[in-house]
Amino acid sequence: MSATKELLFKMADDALIIGHRNSEWTGIGPILEEDLAFSSMAQDKIGHASALYNILHVHFGEADADTLGFKRTEKEFKCCHLVELPIGEYDFSLVRHFLFDHAELLRYELLVNSSFAPLASLAKKVKGEIKYHVMHADTWMKQLANGNEESKARMQSALNYTWPFALGIFEVTANEQELFDTKIFEGEVALKNLWLERVAAIITAAGLLVPSVSEDKVAYGGRKGFHTEFLQPMLTEMTEVTSIDSNAEW
Amino acid sequence: MNEEQKILALLQEVKDPEIPVLSVIDMGIISGIQSSEAATEIKMTPTFVGCPAIDMMKNQIAEKLIQNGYKNVTVLVDFETQWTSDKMSPEAKMKLEKFGIAPPTEIHGDISEEMLNRARCPHCGSTDTTLRSPFGSTLCRAIRFCFSCKQGFEQFKPI
Repeated sequence: MSATKELLFKMADDALIIGHRNSEWTGIGPILEEDLAFSSMAQDKIGHASALYNILHVHFGEADADTLGFKRTEKEFKCCHLVELPIGEYDFSLVRHFLFDHAELLRYELLVNSSFAPLASLAKKVKGEIKYHVMHADTWMKQLANGNEESKARMQSALNYTWPFALGIFEVTANEQELFDTKIFEGEVALKNLWLERVAAIITAAGLLVPSVSEDKVAYGGRKGFHTEFLQPMLTEMTEVTSIDSNAEW
Repeated sequence: MNEEQKILALLQEVKDPEIPVLSVIDMGIISGIQSSEAATEIKMTPTFVGCPAIDMMKNQIAEKLIQNGYKNVTVLVDFETQWTSDKMSPEAKMKLEKFGIAPPTEIHGDISEEMLNRARCPHCGSTDTTLRSPFGSTLCRAIRFCFSCKQGFEQFKPI
């Protein structure tokens, strides 16, 4: 698979899977505004996934967005483990959202300068949308870290738990160098360093501790098609309608 | 009127389904018009990538042109030019405010948190308002609260 295709697939798959997870808060959010926030972010993410799949369709001859989203096997998905995890308690969903969206924002900020024009154009658009996601996440990190003893402890525990999964976003694959050499993308290592700096500053300012884990604890594998036990059941649920009636419309 | 002006006038009649007082022209989402005897191509650039109204507007634009005798109409959605809320015309912003949605503040580049702190209440005109949530009833709206008339209101997000 070409390096650019690999990049597009992992980005699109991350966006689709986190988008679906976000949508699982629809109707059960802790307060109305939060229900709307996760539902809106779900809609944005699935829109981003669709636009990325569309680039694969138009520029690389892949199937259309619906087919790529709904008709591939688990093994063909290249999402990271972080996005696959069930929504859990709200503290976990917020922390995942915080760690994931900062990585997304930085990734799109780098891609604005990509030599692959369709991706650069999309990045210019998407980064403005993700800024709102990040703003939402940062607000809650600050609020809850400074709420009461319980909220602070829960945010710290959620951070500790989520950290090795978040680092898995930046799993390096064989084609990295090609992306760098052709000026398509600066690569996962560069992205990880920017991310670490950005999230560490916010975590510290909120009065929480930045977790640290050894490399062997990081949740790698997703980019190569090895997934957690949570992905397949989610895909089965997500594709329930298309698998009964592949021409269903609404 | 030349062909482009005629098309612009027709597209004034195609409204945004989520904000029915604004047309696709008012919104500033039409990014290209090419028309000849044989074929017409319209380019549009969405407000939000995941906006669920895109397909509906796309179909309505095509329908409007076909009804008016244009042949081989295609409507393309692309991100070559990126929509920003600064593309909304001043008249559009006035219509939006009258409709009860605070218009987006000018951004000239990137959005910042500070920009979200400025919005005038469409009900009473007070600027003593605050952001309640950056997410509202549609992707393009945020929820705000006015301290002066004690009412909630929506703002079209600057983006």
